[in-house]
Amino acid sequence: MTIRHHISDQLLTAYSAGVLPEAFSLVVATHLSLCDECRARSAAHDAVGGALLDEVAPARMGEHSLAQVMARLDGGAPIRRSPQGDIATPEPLADYIGGTLNIVKWQSLGMGVRQSILPTDRLASARLLYIPAGQAVPDHGHRGMELTLVLQGAFTDATDRFGRGDIEIATEDLQHTPVAEPGEACICLAATDAPLRFNSLIPRLVQPFFRI
Amino acid sequence: MTGEQNETDWAALLLSVRDSRDRAAFASLFRHFAPRVKGFLMKSGASEALAEECAQDVMATLWQKAHLFDPARASVATWVFTIARNRRIDALRKSRRPEPEDLDWGPEPEPDQAEAFEMQQETGRLAAALACLPEKQRALIERAYFGDLSHREIAAETGLPLGTIKSRIRLALDRLRHHMS
Repeated sequence: MTIRHHISDQLLTAYSAGVLPEAFSLVVATHLSLCDECRARSAAHDAVGGALLDEVAPARMGEHSLAQVMARLDGGAPIRRSPQGDIATPEPLADYIGGTLNIVKWQSLGMGVRQSILPTDRLASARLLYIPAGQAVPDHGHRGMELTLVLQGAFTDATDRFGRGDIEIATEDLQHTPVAEPGEACICLAATDAPLRFNSLIPRLVQPFFRI
Repeated sequence: MTGEQNETDWAALLLSVRDSRDRAAFASLFRHFAPRVKGFLMKSGASEALAEECAQDVMATLWQKAHLFDPARASVATWVFTIARNRRIDALRKSRRPEPEDLDWGPEPEPDQAEAFEMQQETGRLAAALACLPEKQRALIERAYFGDLSHREIAAETGLPLGTIKSRIRLALDRLRHHMS
């Protein structure tokens, strides 16, 4: 897998600082699971946090603090996450689905396009999108920021081609019509911090209902 | 902080916790890092009581997750920071922060001391570069990491020289992938 579209430094700083809405963090964490280059960049951003932690003025801990924590430690086996994902479903995403992409309960958006909303905090929303091979997602613009990560297949829009592991960062100025490539259905993980704006009447009417 | 403490090999202590469940090593780590985590959380807006509680949780998590520590990829301070940041999101924002897939060392841990040493050197250079930034720029970076700026307020370019430390971590990842496959 050759990933050509990566996470911006701005998003990596926000992810390291811990200020991204949960839905965005989910997209970033899923991309990092697929992309060692961004995993290394993200770890470099974490190192900034480490350097700041080292410099911060220490605050005195409670008198019995150490003893209390020592009493909580058990000598037993360390906690390990039990993996539940697969090649198309990296662990952070599998955590939200409760398994692999195969068990997702899809909701139809018409023309074969389907979605499934994932539960996150309300600062932004995350959803899986299923676009049949060759099918277009209605032309839409954005009021906020939208991150789209390809999990399977590929899509193309006016800006470029996006294949598995690629992430598209769309902001207010991007007006686009993503089209899934022929051959295989395209499945994406998308997150946005504002409702999408569709340019035809029907999607605008269904928008509040589908929460996209 | 005295020069002697500066040279304490925190990574060696954490590896001793990881590999031997060494309680004395844990106590040393606690005395150094718990007050810093508490200070960090108070700077991030936590009350003294909440910061105390969370700092204790962070140190307990360090014990539980020690098997994930890889000195070739992060300094102990960096690793503690990531745990503290996640606890802060949980406690102050009542939210979650999804994490990338774990990369374990597998059944036979092979810490590479030379790599771990390089990582420590690189972390030191980053801290020095951070200290040399103009006051205004440094203040913005601190505000970002203390959780004081939203993701939209964070500048696209922080001016931090992260290229070299990134390359170092990337090498460690490449070797880890090689080791796993």
